[in-house]
Amino acid sequence: MQTLRRKDILGLEEMSAEEITLILETARSMREIMQRHIKKVPTLRGRSMINLFYEPSTRTKASFELAQKYMSSDPINVAGTSSSLVKGETLKDTVRNLEMMNIDCVVMRHPVSGSAHYLARNVEISVVNAGDGMHEHPTQGLLDMFTILDKKGRLEKLKVTIVGDIRHSRVARSNIWGLKKMGAEVVVSGPTTLMPPDMEDFEIRFEPSLDDAIEGADVVMALRLQKERQEGGLFPTLREYAELYGLNSRRVEKANEDALIMHPGPINRGIEISSELADGPRSVVLDQVTSGVAVRMAILYLLLGGTKEE
Amino acid sequence: MKTLFIKGGRLIDPSRNYDDRADLLIKGGLVEAADKNLKPPDGAEIIEADGLVVMPGLIDMHVHLRDPGQEYKEDVLSGARAAAAGGFTAVAAMANTEPVADEPPTIRYVADKAAGAVARVYPIGALSKGLQGVELAELGRMQKAGAVAFSDDGKPVLNGTLMRNALQYAGGIGALVIVHEEDPTLVGKGVMHEGSVSSVLGLRGIPATAEEAMLARDLMLLKMVGGRLHIAHLSTAGAVELVRKAKADGLPVTAEVTPQHLLLTDRAVKNSGYNTNTKVKPPLRSEQDRQALWEGLLDGTVDAIASDHAPHHSDDKDVEYDFAPFGIAGLETTLPLLLDELASGRIKELTLSMLVEKLSTAPARILGVEGGALKPGSPADITIVDPGRSFIVNPDNWYSKSRNTPFAGRQLKGAPVYTILSGEIVMKEGVVADRK
Repeated sequence: MQTLRRKDILGLEEMSAEEITLILETARSMREIMQRHIKKVPTLRGRSMINLFYEPSTRTKASFELAQKYMSSDPINVAGTSSSLVKGETLKDTVRNLEMMNIDCVVMRHPVSGSAHYLARNVEISVVNAGDGMHEHPTQGLLDMFTILDKKGRLEKLKVTIVGDIRHSRVARSNIWGLKKMGAEVVVSGPTTLMPPDMEDFEIRFEPSLDDAIEGADVVMALRLQKERQEGGLFPTLREYAELYGLNSRRVEKANEDALIMHPGPINRGIEISSELADGPRSVVLDQVTSGVAVRMAILYLLLGGTKEE
Repeated sequence: MKTLFIKGGRLIDPSRNYDDRADLLIKGGLVEAADKNLKPPDGAEIIEADGLVVMPGLIDMHVHLRDPGQEYKEDVLSGARAAAAGGFTAVAAMANTEPVADEPPTIRYVADKAAGAVARVYPIGALSKGLQGVELAELGRMQKAGAVAFSDDGKPVLNGTLMRNALQYAGGIGALVIVHEEDPTLVGKGVMHEGSVSSVLGLRGIPATAEEAMLARDLMLLKMVGGRLHIAHLSTAGAVELVRKAKADGLPVTAEVTPQHLLLTDRAVKNSGYNTNTKVKPPLRSEQDRQALWEGLLDGTVDAIASDHAPHHSDDKDVEYDFAPFGIAGLETTLPLLLDELASGRIKELTLSMLVEKLSTAPARILGVEGGALKPGSPADITIVDPGRSFIVNPDNWYSKSRNTPFAGRQLKGAPVYTILSGEIVMKEGVVADRK
């Protein structure tokens, strides 16, 4: 059985198409396991993991923890507090101490971009990035690709339109890198103030007109809008945002007939996406959640499974 | 005091366009003679300088010595030792200490502590009380106490009226104003240059416009009220262009650039995997900006090179990127980095004489301090360089208390081998000696 020849999963920018393919293929078997009546395999028995979350999370944390438990590993959850103002224990000290309890892997979410890289440099155990600031959320990118692949049978040459706050979104960054490596075309749209200041290195197309961006899309993905962006002066009101950039059934008529509607959650209903669209027949929003567990099982297995110690 | 004789070196003195072999005779802390084929007097200590370059002691016109208040990062004496190790005989220390150097006692504290140190330390006074950018500090009284210039460096002066008054008032007492150009309302929570790299890394950006907008304002104020203005650490192509135009218009403005901005770009943040030693203000800019800085340096728009030595303890730097303080410690790398760049031949028009001008003669002229020349009567502040010496940057061997550099591990060609202060050898072969 193949494994990933790397210590950490930090982002999809640095991952190859072969690695992504391996993870997505492995996730398919993992989904079968989690759909069994007794959904537990001994694959990671005796492995311990820390889920270190410096930001609140329901879905991602539960998803990782279930993935860990379905594979018989022993996870514990630690909520970190992180601030430049309150001098507490440093991230490095926290994880080095946990490392000395002989854990095998740390799954971390952190509000600062680059924290996962920083941590990976400083510890010997595997680091899985569960979201670092505005940088990447690789398991989300993988689960989105898994969902698309599952429904469409391919990723290559699909047109994927991502709508909303690309600038502050780690979900968007991971999807952009992953989808492009797998041969999809990525188009982004939304208010110009919510686009990254310079998109040259992403090699993606920005389409200011939402209608043009959606035209002929195979996948339309809305991103969660953080309310503090409005307070930061990046757009006038939520009402205006919903009217200009919110996804609804009428607006996605221009997409391909069988286009998938996606959202990483949690959803602000009626703002970035209408309820009828999010709950409608083309929506795969809930499939994404299932994919999440399967993809995370695959990643942990490929990083930590196998016969390293025997 | 000992008589020193520096024999057979290549002497560079930009103050009189001299670049040729010459011997140097030093007596009583002064240069007694500088000429070819001098005879060493009996009993003189002889430095064989064949193959070495002899230049007026380098002057770093922009350093942070953290003293008083943050002596765990650096202090006046450790900073002076770092200067001597790096080939500098003098530094100008910024006022953002704790307390702020905004009154004569703090200026005198720095000057007194530096008496007998292995480098001259010129205190710079704050422009506004407490660096608050609200009320003018006592520029005249600090000038009398020994401050060589005035600056709120580290904090930009947002209030236009205060800057106007500061320039006008300082002009009246013949004082130099040094500015850190960065509009804080455009900087926001930015931690690196705003561009394609910050976009990919998901780090908040600092646009080039933040520097250029405030620089444009200050150049207009300079035109309006006069005074003498020095721009610290230029970092953008647009800023170079603004200074170039201001100089063409005859405005009394000078500017400096740092080695980090001449040698690194925002790609360093990515290539180092978010290493916080790449976090500095102004931020490492784009390749296009970097090239414009070299153009400005070569065509004379940029007068001086300064390190902006900003020491930080690893406890402060060894954290997540957003949480780390801005700054690079540069006293012990500035000269070797530039010598290495010269040796590489990457910058065609760059000469050793030009580097000495930017690192010694120009800073002396801008600050109005002695030095920057090696002729009979000059203070015997001398730097001797071995352009062929290769070494690897290892901050663990530094005299500075801090280690924060993005250049660690770099192999460089060219290093100072002697630093001489007032005729006394304070550094030999990288080893700093205390003064007798």
